[in-house]
Amino acid sequence: MEGLAKVSETGVDLLYSEVEDDLRASVRALLADKSPAASVLARVETDQVTDTALWKELAELGVTGLPIPEELGGAGVTLREASVVAEELGRAVSPVPFLGSAVLATSALLALGDTAAETLGSLAAGETTAALAIPLATPPDAAFPSSVRAVRGALTGTVTGVVDALTADTLLVPAVRAEGPELYLVSTADVDRSAVVSLDLTRPLADLELTAAPARLLASGADAEQALRSALIAGATLLSAEQLGVAEWALETTVEYLKTRNQFGRPVGAFQALKHRLADLWVVVSQARALVRNAAGSVALGHEDAELNASLAQAFVSGAAVKATEEAVQLHGGIGFTWEHPAHLYLKRAKSDAIALGTADRHRRALARLVDLPVQ
Amino acid sequence: MTSASAEASLDASALRERVAAFVAAHDPATTDQTDFLAARFDAGLAWVHFPAGEGGLGAPRALQSVVDHEFERLGFVPTGREGLVIGLGMAAPTILAFGTPEQRRRYLKPLYTGEEIWCQLFSEPGAGSDLAALGTRAVRGGDDWVVNGQKVWTSLAHRATWAILVTRTDPDVPKHKGMTYFICDMRAPGVDVRPLRQLTGEAEFNEVYLTDVRIPDSQRLGGIGEGWRVAQTTLMNERVSIGGHPEPREGGLIGIVAHIWRSRPELRTPGLHDAMMRLWVEAEAARLTKERLRQQLAIGQPGPEGSAAKYSFSRLNQEISGLELELLGAEGMTYDDWTFRRPQGVEFTERSAGFHYLRSKGNSIEGGTSEILRNIIAERILGLPGEIRVDKDVAWKDLPR
Ligand SMILES: Cc1cc2nc3c(=O)[nH]c(=O)nc-3n(C[C@H](O)[C@H](O)[C@H](O)COP(=O)(O)OP(=O)(O)OC[C@H]3O[C@@H](n4cnc5c(N)ncnc54)[C@H](O)[C@@H]3O)c2cc1C
Repeated sequence: MEGLAKVSETGVDLLYSEVEDDLRASVRALLADKSPAASVLARVETDQVTDTALWKELAELGVTGLPIPEELGGAGVTLREASVVAEELGRAVSPVPFLGSAVLATSALLALGDTAAETLGSLAAGETTAALAIPLATPPDAAFPSSVRAVRGALTGTVTGVVDALTADTLLVPAVRAEGPELYLVSTADVDRSAVVSLDLTRPLADLELTAAPARLLASGADAEQALRSALIAGATLLSAEQLGVAEWALETTVEYLKTRNQFGRPVGAFQALKHRLADLWVVVSQARALVRNAAGSVALGHEDAELNASLAQAFVSGAAVKATEEAVQLHGGIGFTWEHPAHLYLKRAKSDAIALGTADRHRRALARLVDLPVQ
Repeated sequence: MTSASAEASLDASALRERVAAFVAAHDPATTDQTDFLAARFDAGLAWVHFPAGEGGLGAPRALQSVVDHEFERLGFVPTGREGLVIGLGMAAPTILAFGTPEQRRRYLKPLYTGEEIWCQLFSEPGAGSDLAALGTRAVRGGDDWVVNGQKVWTSLAHRATWAILVTRTDPDVPKHKGMTYFICDMRAPGVDVRPLRQLTGEAEFNEVYLTDVRIPDSQRLGGIGEGWRVAQTTLMNERVSIGGHPEPREGGLIGIVAHIWRSRPELRTPGLHDAMMRLWVEAEAARLTKERLRQQLAIGQPGPEGSAAKYSFSRLNQEISGLELELLGAEGMTYDDWTFRRPQGVEFTERSAGFHYLRSKGNSIEGGTSEILRNIIAERILGLPGEIRVDKDVAWKDLPR
């Protein structure tokens, strides 16, 4: 109950700063130029879904190392600014390893202090990418994973559904030893990776098989647990920003289409039934934006309610993005059901994101615990 | 149509006897399916409410399910009939209602046996919900009509022998008045079928280009300029299928979710349970409403209520398959196969949850969008006034495009 009072007092800035607007503009311009929908669609069926060339260009804008300190080669900003980039990457369903490398792996490494300075430097420069070896469906409040065992500094086990692992150079692997949870750094060269056919065409997932893989210990015990948890909270927060971007694209594209598609001698957007649908969607998207800004601001400031705000955002924005993309498909009619129209890329991203890092159901449960609203 | 009185002696038990006698004479275990169906057609046991000689007995429509059920009980369940939805569901009732005796003789039997597949050349790039805006031109040339235009989203066009086709024959009159309905030979010169891939990865439907396609006047269905009225019959039937069985509880997608729930306790959460139970109840409400409609239909013609049933069915399919993915969690982030190919004849239910989710998105677009179906409920069932129309009294050629 004390927590609740604090939420309203801490007053996160919910607007976008000038720095954020500029960052958004440059990312949007680059994506429009280098990663338009047609080229994303063309990529998804090649064996190089992840656009590594685009990632290098994003590195020049600092996107690869936003929250990494300047002395390590990063941009030295916070997850708040990073969340604006996540919105833009969502708007463009860009197949780049932002979530896996620049958010999940980076946040875990940052939580570990100096132990991984070198890796962070290389990630910031865009020279390498990393992945956090957990199933992407893992919610922030999940128990520490135990599918990988550590024996004398070597790791054995499997991890399924890992995001951005196929193109990663380094894996950050949660593992257990008799003494408890640990976090290791493993080179992907020492791990068997197999691609999963993912529902989200623009986001490759992989299953990992480790067989006595040589590993470098980064943290153990509470430090390892803490690092993983903060990575998942950062991940859930930035995922909701991505979902906001997906929802925005869907809303804007649908509004434009309904202004120009004529049936019955008038634009179909003139039918009140559709206007009300889009008005409702706009309301949902603007609420999503407030929740996303709130979550990003609070995780950036290191607030103790960052976890609560991440779950709050996830519990709402997941559904908002799914709703927006479902409406986009429906309101485009037959063309929305085709492969050639990009709407399906967004639908698949939205539905898959709704499961990533915990379903809305899972986050509502977490919230209920955090705000003391037990079931019985 | 022949009235029920013609065969007033036909009641359920008489029909059961006929089916039993038929099956005794044609052992389903040893008779080829096509031969079996052809004989069944000749015996008037295809669709009993059709006239004698056209696959029926002029019996009440209500008795069709008795016949279907009896055949099933005696071991005859035809397979591989998923390609016949348009023929059975739409072409047959339209041909029955508007076809000449020759047309009915020519088309109904191979349609029923499955030897000839049908597709529906209605929608065009500029005419979907507003079907009456269509612009595919048919121009009279001697005994033939010459057809030019483009159709789109045509399911089964790549397999079809015949199509039901709506064209514009008079551009100078308001759009609902200048249309004419034809049966089009899909193998005729000038018919070009190109696959269109859909968001599931497959190409179930097509674009069909018609270039100087000649259609004999004998393949016109209904009068010149009567195409809209004929098309209405097709569309009313599209949303309800002939005969049909009562669907069992948990028969549709809800059954798949229920099965996952029962067999995989590790996935259960209170929130998902609540969501599932709500949908379970809604699925029962929709199922029993459909059953009620089926019983009503058995004694009448399809009306706008079929639109309501189709609307509920698509909404439920979408919500249930959405829940299925979330219930499956990590597994719900995967897909079975994106390969660009023609559907493999695999049952919808045997595909992955992702396919259920994606394919069901088409349910609220195909056969009339859910928005149009709601307009039908509001205007034709509830009698609410229609939108103010700006396009009804203007010559088709003068409409804005
Ligand atoms: C899987 C699939 C299979 C199909 N198979 C066939 C087939 O075999 N043969 C065939 O001829 N067609 C087929 N169709 C086409 C289908 O009938 C049309 O797509 C449908 O009628 C909608 O037309 P449209 O795509 O032009 O959308 P539009 O009519 O342009 O509609 C766009 C959006 O506006 C909405 N809208 C339109 N008018 C109104 C209004 N007055 N009030 C409120 N909302 C409105 C629609 O509901 C839709 O959401 C198929 C479609 C699909 C998806």
